[in-house]
Amino acid sequence: MAEPIRIVHYLNQFFAGIGGEEKGDEPVGHRGGPVGPGLALQEALGAEGRIVATVWCGDNRFHEMRETVVSDLLRLIEAEAPAVLIAGPAFNAGRYGTACAILGSAAAQKLDLPVVTGMFPENPGVEAGRRDMYIVPTAAAATGMRAALPVMARLALRLGRGESLGPGDIEGYLPRGSRRNFFDAEVGAERMVAMLLARLRGEPFRTELPLPRFDRVPPAPPVRDLPRARLALVTEAGIVPQGNPDGLESWRATKWVKYRIAGLDALAPEQFTSVHGGFDTARIRQDPHRIVPLDVLRELEREGRIGRLHEDLYVTVGNVAPVARAERFGREIAEDLRKAGVQAVLLTAT
Amino acid sequence: MAKEIERVGIPVAYFPAIPTVPLTVGQSRIIPGKAIPHVLGDPHLPPDREKAYRRALVEQALKALSTEVAGPTVFKPDLA
Repeated sequence: MAEPIRIVHYLNQFFAGIGGEEKGDEPVGHRGGPVGPGLALQEALGAEGRIVATVWCGDNRFHEMRETVVSDLLRLIEAEAPAVLIAGPAFNAGRYGTACAILGSAAAQKLDLPVVTGMFPENPGVEAGRRDMYIVPTAAAATGMRAALPVMARLALRLGRGESLGPGDIEGYLPRGSRRNFFDAEVGAERMVAMLLARLRGEPFRTELPLPRFDRVPPAPPVRDLPRARLALVTEAGIVPQGNPDGLESWRATKWVKYRIAGLDALAPEQFTSVHGGFDTARIRQDPHRIVPLDVLRELEREGRIGRLHEDLYVTVGNVAPVARAERFGREIAEDLRKAGVQAVLLTAT
Repeated sequence: MAKEIERVGIPVAYFPAIPTVPLTVGQSRIIPGKAIPHVLGDPHLPPDREKAYRRALVEQALKALSTEVAGPTVFKPDLA
């Protein structure tokens, strides 16, 4: 039997079993063999593939020291002489997903490695990485691990054998936005008429040219006269009064809330806290200005650099928020701001 | 969320810790902050310098809000 295909697996600090948000700064590490979800992945690979090493990095560390982290990881990966890199799956974790995409793109471009990962289709990592790698669509949460791993393993083995894959909707990965020519039994005109007839009969048909779905909002025009403008503060970092009177959720928030900041010169840590459940909030609970810069805006207001700060602070939690829901919050907040005559917004995110 | 606010014509200065995501989704005015657990601060600095750092970010936001942009634009803070 041929040698098993050599695979390196990338994980974040959580899946590598090092720790949660408090270990977000975990530096790059590696170990021989599979770790965490790599054990089940190894089972799915069977005898044909072998996870020769696992590499990892804390999600915050990855993004804050991106260039160093990526080059360190590439060095570790290259040293194992793998045929394929597998990253994640990252489900709907935004930082982990973008880390998998950034590392995957670098490995594909610099090491010429095929890369397989798994993500929830709305993970921002999908847009960032789909052109350079094969992204298996997964559930939003890690409960989808069992369904994702066999598909990822199958794609990885085929790529590792040097096979080329068919279209994503058949092979089980998200479309990469590239097309490959092939000879079909029917010419284009015949296929087109068949499609048209199916459509007229109300039957399902598959377009050969899906139109891209662009949701580009043209940038709003700039504020002409800041010293007379009304500015509002919006944040998705879950800053709420102590005791969280409205019960804002720490993830998958179902609402946005607003809190009166008129007459407040500062956000005292005794009065305000953060309920965001997607990162270590210790630093912003020590000083909420580290995410909502009320102190500085009051200074600028007194100096006449801005007209006035709107009396309400708008708050939600952006942690694993479904896009459709975030859009609805945005529309509702926008309507509220427009009615209040707000001319510009400072929005802080994590 | 920010895009929906822009859609009604109100410009948004967006402070992420990582510019990758807002650049990908097409946010128009982006001011990259320090780090995920403290986007507009740096606990390693003494309080007065930390506040000066935050002020530099907010001043950059004011500049962004009064600047015409054609698409996603990153406004790097002017740090002395």
